[in-house]
Amino acid sequence: MQAIWVTNWISLVVTVTALLLGYPVAYYLANRSGPRFTLVIFCIVVPYFTSIIVRTYSWMVLLGTDGLINDSLIRIGLIQAPIKLLYNKPAIVIGMTYVLLPYMVLTLYAAMKSIDTNLLRAARGMGASGAMTFFRIYLPLSLHGVISGALIVFILSIGFFITPALMGGPPDAMIAMLIERSVEITIDWSAAAIMSLLLLAVTLILYAIYYRLTDIRRLMGA
Amino acid sequence: MTGSPLPQGKGALDLQALVKHYGSERVVDQVSAVIRPGEFFSLLGPSGSGKTTTLMMIAGFVQPDSGAIRVDGADITRTPAERRGLGMVFQNYAIFPHLNVFENIAFPLRARHLPDREIRKRVQEALDLVRLDRFASRYARQLSGGQQQRVAIARAIVYHPPIVLMDEPLGALDKNLRYDMQVELKDIQQRLGMTVVYVTHDQEEAMNLSDRIAIMNRGRIEQAGEPGVIYENPTNAFVARFLGEANLIEGTIEAIRDGQASLLTRSGLRLLAPAGSVQPNQAVSLFIRPEKLSFTPGPGNRLTGIIKRRSFLGNINRLSIQVAPDTDLTVDLANAGLEPPPPGAKATITWPIAHGVFLTQ
Repeated sequence: MQAIWVTNWISLVVTVTALLLGYPVAYYLANRSGPRFTLVIFCIVVPYFTSIIVRTYSWMVLLGTDGLINDSLIRIGLIQAPIKLLYNKPAIVIGMTYVLLPYMVLTLYAAMKSIDTNLLRAARGMGASGAMTFFRIYLPLSLHGVISGALIVFILSIGFFITPALMGGPPDAMIAMLIERSVEITIDWSAAAIMSLLLLAVTLILYAIYYRLTDIRRLMGA
Repeated sequence: MTGSPLPQGKGALDLQALVKHYGSERVVDQVSAVIRPGEFFSLLGPSGSGKTTTLMMIAGFVQPDSGAIRVDGADITRTPAERRGLGMVFQNYAIFPHLNVFENIAFPLRARHLPDREIRKRVQEALDLVRLDRFASRYARQLSGGQQQRVAIARAIVYHPPIVLMDEPLGALDKNLRYDMQVELKDIQQRLGMTVVYVTHDQEEAMNLSDRIAIMNRGRIEQAGEPGVIYENPTNAFVARFLGEANLIEGTIEAIRDGQASLLTRSGLRLLAPAGSVQPNQAVSLFIRPEKLSFTPGPGNRLTGIIKRRSFLGNINRLSIQVAPDTDLTVDLANAGLEPPPPGAKATITWPIAHGVFLTQ
C-alpha cells in the first residue's frame, strides 16, 4: 500500500533532519555550562511538555496561506501570492521534526556526556587537529547515541497520527491515519487489525534492535 | 611526500617562573626548573601541590598566567598543545576504546600524516619495545591494567618525542606490578634517551626512577635535586617528612664549636650535629632518619628510653622509643635476624654526629 511507503519515507526524512539539527544542539549542550546552557535546555525541554496538538497547530499558524511566513514574504515583496506551505509532505516533516527533536537532542546529549574528555585531550596532545579529533574520536564515540536517537525518532515517527493528520494532504496519509480511517469511517475492522499488527511488529523489531544496542554498549564498557 | 616533520631536538626543558591562579588561589607559584636532555625528572608532592597543573602547562592543556616554557631554547608557552610534539601518558591511560591496540599506537603518527609503511614499521617497533606484539588487534576492554598502561606508553613514545610527560601513570596498578613497571619504564627511557617529566605522589617511585626530584608543596618547589641528596639533606621539615620517615627533634642551639652545634631540647636533652649555618639561640629541629639509629653501642649521640611500640613491616621492624616526656623517636631495624627489643623494655640508641642535620622551618 502506498501508505506504508509514505510512512517509511516521511519517518526517514524526519529522522535524518532531526539528527542533522539535533547533533549540533546536543554538542553545544554537552560542552557548555552556565546561563546559555540553561536557556537552550529550556527551549528544548519545555515544548516537550506542551500538548502535541497545540504545537502542531502553532506550526499551521506559521505555515498557512494567511500565516506568518507567507505574510512576511509577501510584505517584503519576495512573492506575489501565498505559496502552499501546508497540507503537504514538507509540512509534515517540519511539524514532526519539531515535535521529535527533544528526543533526539536528549538522547545524543546523554551519549555525548559519557565521552571521556581525557580522550579528546589525549588526541590533541598527540598532534591531532580539531577536525581530526572530531571525526576520528568524538564522532565514533557518539555513534551509539546517534543510532539510539535515530531509532527512537524513527519508531515514534512511524506511529504518528496527529501531526500528519493535521498538516498533511490527502496523498500524504500515514499508516496510523489509515488505521483510524478503517475504524471510524470505513468500519473495516480486519483491515484496521492487519495494519495495526504490521505497525506493532515493525515497532517491536526496531525496539529489539534498540534494546540490544544499549546492551552491547554496556558490554563494551563504552 | 611525508607529512609534518617529527621533532628533532634533544629534549632540554626550561620552566621559568610559572604561575597559575584558580580564582584567588595560587595553584602554581613561581615554579622554575632546568631539565637536561635525557633526564628523568619527577614532580613529587601531596595532592593539591600543583604538580599536575604544572605538567598540564608543559603539555599545553593549561595556560600559565605568567612565566615561560622553553623546549630546546624555543619558547612554546603560547603554542597550542597539538603542535608541541610532546609525548604524554595519562593517569587513566586514555586509550581510545573504539580503536584496537595497533590503531591506538598509530594515532600520533596518523595525526602527523606519516605514510602507511612508516606507520607500520614504527608501531611494530613500539609494540616490541613494550612487549605487546601479540596484542596488536585487541581492544582496550580485552587488556589488563598493566597491558593498557604499556599501550599508553607505546603510544607516547612511538613518534620519538624529545620529551615525554607522565601523570601518575602507575597509580592504578597494584604494588608488585607497579615496581616491575617502574623498572621497565626506566629501561625504555634510557634506551630511547628521552627526557621524562613524571608526576607522582609516591616517594619510593620517585626515588627509584628519577635522576632528580622536585618536591612540591602548595604550588612551590621546596627542594630539587638527586634523590640521595634530598633524602640525606632535606632543606626543611616538609621535605624531610615527605620523603621517607623522619625524626625531628625540636630545640634551640646552645653553642657552636669546631663545626658542630649542640641542641638543647625543652626536656633537657643535649644532642650534637654538624653546625651548618645555624646561629646560637636559634630554634631548629634536629633531623635524623630512623634507619640511622642503632641499638648497638657506638660513637656519637646517645639516648636511653623505653620502647613504646613495635611494628613488623616485613623487611623492617619499626620501633617507637620514648627518650623524654615530649620526645618519641622512630627507629627502623632491618629484619636481619637480630631480635629487636620488645615494647616496655629499656633500650639505648646511638647515632654518629655527622648523620644529623639541623633544619630551620
